[in-house]
Amino acid sequence: MSKYTEDDLREELETKEYEYGFYTDIESETFAKGLNEDVVRAISKKKNEPKWMTDWRLEAFRVWSKMEEPEWANVSYKKPEFQEIAYYSAPKQKPKLNSIDEVDPDLLATFEKLGISLEEQKRLANVAVDIVIDSVSVATTFKKTLGEKGIIFMPISEAIQEHPELVKKYLGTVVPTSDNFYAALNSAVFSDGSFCYIPKGVRCPMELSTYFRINEGGTGQFERTLVVADKGSFVSYLEGCTAPSRDENQLHAAVVELIALDDAEIKYSTVQNWYPGNSEGKGGVYNFVTKRGLCETNAKISWTQVETGSAITWKYPSCILKGNNSVGEFYSIAVTNNYQQADTGTKMIHLGKNTKSTIISKGISAGKSQNSYRGLVQINSRAENARNFSQCDSLLMGNKCGAHTFPYIEVKNKTAQVEHEATTSKIGEEQLFYCNQRGIDTEKAIALIVNGFSKEVLNKLPMEFAVEAQKLLEISLEGSVG
Amino acid sequence: MDLKEKIVSSYVAFEDGVNINSDIHEIRTDAFQQFEKLGFPSKKLEAWKYTSLNTILKEDYSIFPDKEKSINLADVKQYFIHDIDTYKVIFIDGKYSSFLSETTHDSIDVCLMSSALTKAKYKPVIENYFNKIAKQDNLTSLNTAFSKEGAYIHIPKNTEVEKPIQIINFTTGTEAATMLQPRNLIVVEQNAHVQIIERHQSLTENAVFTNVVTEIYADRHSTVDFYKIQNDHISASLVDNTFIEQQSESIVSVHTFSFGGNITRNNLNFYQKGEHIDSILKGITIIEGKQHVDHHTLVHHIEPNCESHQDYKGIFDERSTGVFNGKVIVEKEAQKTNAYQKNNNILVSDKSTINAKPQLEIFADDVKCSHGCTIGQLDEEALFYMQQRGIGIKEARALLMYAFANTVLESVKIPEVKSRITKLIANKLNVNIGFNI
Repeated sequence: MSKYTEDDLREELETKEYEYGFYTDIESETFAKGLNEDVVRAISKKKNEPKWMTDWRLEAFRVWSKMEEPEWANVSYKKPEFQEIAYYSAPKQKPKLNSIDEVDPDLLATFEKLGISLEEQKRLANVAVDIVIDSVSVATTFKKTLGEKGIIFMPISEAIQEHPELVKKYLGTVVPTSDNFYAALNSAVFSDGSFCYIPKGVRCPMELSTYFRINEGGTGQFERTLVVADKGSFVSYLEGCTAPSRDENQLHAAVVELIALDDAEIKYSTVQNWYPGNSEGKGGVYNFVTKRGLCETNAKISWTQVETGSAITWKYPSCILKGNNSVGEFYSIAVTNNYQQADTGTKMIHLGKNTKSTIISKGISAGKSQNSYRGLVQINSRAENARNFSQCDSLLMGNKCGAHTFPYIEVKNKTAQVEHEATTSKIGEEQLFYCNQRGIDTEKAIALIVNGFSKEVLNKLPMEFAVEAQKLLEISLEGSVG
Repeated sequence: MDLKEKIVSSYVAFEDGVNINSDIHEIRTDAFQQFEKLGFPSKKLEAWKYTSLNTILKEDYSIFPDKEKSINLADVKQYFIHDIDTYKVIFIDGKYSSFLSETTHDSIDVCLMSSALTKAKYKPVIENYFNKIAKQDNLTSLNTAFSKEGAYIHIPKNTEVEKPIQIINFTTGTEAATMLQPRNLIVVEQNAHVQIIERHQSLTENAVFTNVVTEIYADRHSTVDFYKIQNDHISASLVDNTFIEQQSESIVSVHTFSFGGNITRNNLNFYQKGEHIDSILKGITIIEGKQHVDHHTLVHHIEPNCESHQDYKGIFDERSTGVFNGKVIVEKEAQKTNAYQKNNNILVSDKSTINAKPQLEIFADDVKCSHGCTIGQLDEEALFYMQQRGIGIKEARALLMYAFANTVLESVKIPEVKSRITKLIANKLNVNIGFNI
């Protein structure tokens, strides 16, 4: 191999354009821009929602209109104009389809490009995919198999119609409408999302998966996901995202609520690869997400995320360890490149006795990006024998990027054991040299080392996802760090 | 009238006592306006998230205590490191005490800020160094606005100061509540070496609020060892703002021992302005009751090839609260930086709280930076082992706590300071272990 220095790699990395930047021209129905009570009512009406839901949205809207956009995150960006956004966009797909063959071929082609051919998935991957394009679910597979187990997995808009008692009982219990600016906005205008309910003692036989795409230019996407695992059940939920190239910034403010009742376990994995903007930092998705899970007695919630996309990421998947002996986990890889900014981390709130939490966060920054870890570990005074271990490692490529850690540790109980460690380093010259000596070229060597660096987190992903995540890491950092 | 209003309205009275046509006074006036604008810090500020000054700001402080009170050496001897010869700069209620002090102008200057600020011969040093690295934040500005008295230490090139320097501020409690704002300036030139011990001590139970600012300049190859002993009455609160600028190959260490006081806040800031610098920040905190100690450190790595080492240990009993907020910034030019930060805490009681925020902001890629923060308890098995061998539970606990704090004590270079701190720890833990570490 010719002289391929780290500088070349870095350059290639900086000029690397987003590979999944395509735009499918599907006829969409879009509301006029702007947000007021009438728009909220209209969204609710469009969805044919019951009155309690409309009232819930309006309440959220009223709270939101009194709130101010938060500024504490370590990111800088031009604030979105909330009145310049169209709050509803749905592909015109009427009437409802019974089989895949009836789906718009254009739409299917889009899925092809994303590598999630439904046919193939049906046959091989054993994954039930609830596909969301611009906020409305258009295809749901494996519904029957799940139905036999009593598992409910459907778009939340349908769940509101078909299982209002469940939605009403759990919606907004973990992330209240007034929780924060973006959660309130989402509560007011969310167009769709997924709802999942696992009955008592049922182990969900397959990975539940949803692909989100932002498709229509100028529309914000506001998903709402609610996963309820009843006593003693288990579910593994996957969420993966890619979005087409856009010049204007797109806002994404999702809310994910997980509820793990006694002895239940939820594993929630995310691969996020939204358009990060081009190499000058123009365009890209604003990703302001509120994700939170509640653990009852002996329950466990595990968050795994691979964040490679978005211009701005502002995301803190959290666990409220309410029940005794409950367990919270957070595994994260955040890769930033070019002008991307990520402020991400987790909150572990220990309320119950013998609660445990583990935080493993890996940050890789390249180009001119800023990568921050912001986390809170709070041990309340009644949380006897709580245990936390946190580890935040950062890898820097070049001296134009930054890595930051803002861990907050608040302990009010003497029996708590809390450990936090963080390191920052670059790829060692010796490591590279060692690989080169053994005939591995620099690019591959860097890929190898980054893979090793991220392994602890990648290992936590379900098999199918781990492959995709590895691919994403390579795409985002190709030529530079693998 | 709240404290801010009182301070603002007393500024005119303060101006009567100083030369208002000097350059220094311009600095003071600017700082005064800054404070007027900012006021006292509240919990809404990120830097003060875990520390509220509200309870101590309620007192009706006497801002310029003017009743002179002399004190006998015998009464206060215990607060000195008296078993070795030292230079001493002693203040009683903010006023210089020539009787208790031992200053010098013989090759080095160990004297008073009041004369440094007014006499012509100090003018070049003051112009170069006074208020150059102190931040413009609320409390530092407040101190700058009223800066008049404190210790002034100037060590010229190639000088090894043969004995340590003690700076002690006594408060006699002649007023029901006293507010003090000492201002220290320490300039250490090339290849010089100095050791300094600082202490704030009130002699009665009357309330005291001390807002001290110390600026330290360490030139090339210089070495500065600074020891802060904080073992004041429970009625006394302290905000210590220390700013240190280091040039190439200098070594500065600051040890902070916090055992006493009501609310103690240490703002310790290091700015590395050269290469191959070593900055050492260490501390032991052992508190109980409703005491509150907040260590707020900043190490700013600006140039390549430097190091910083932070090691803070805390033991918190009863309803006490501890805060550790350590920030390390590595600029993009500061390649090959090694920055280490360690913060270990033991909570002894159910009611005690620790809030830690170890923070790294790194812009350079070829660096080694790490921080570690732990919160835990004493090892039950170790305690059991010692009890089996006839060591009482109290002594066993104390032994383990000693061992826990020992990494900080080890690097204390003055043996008398080390033994003093050991005694203070024994007192604090209420045991007599019968040996010195």
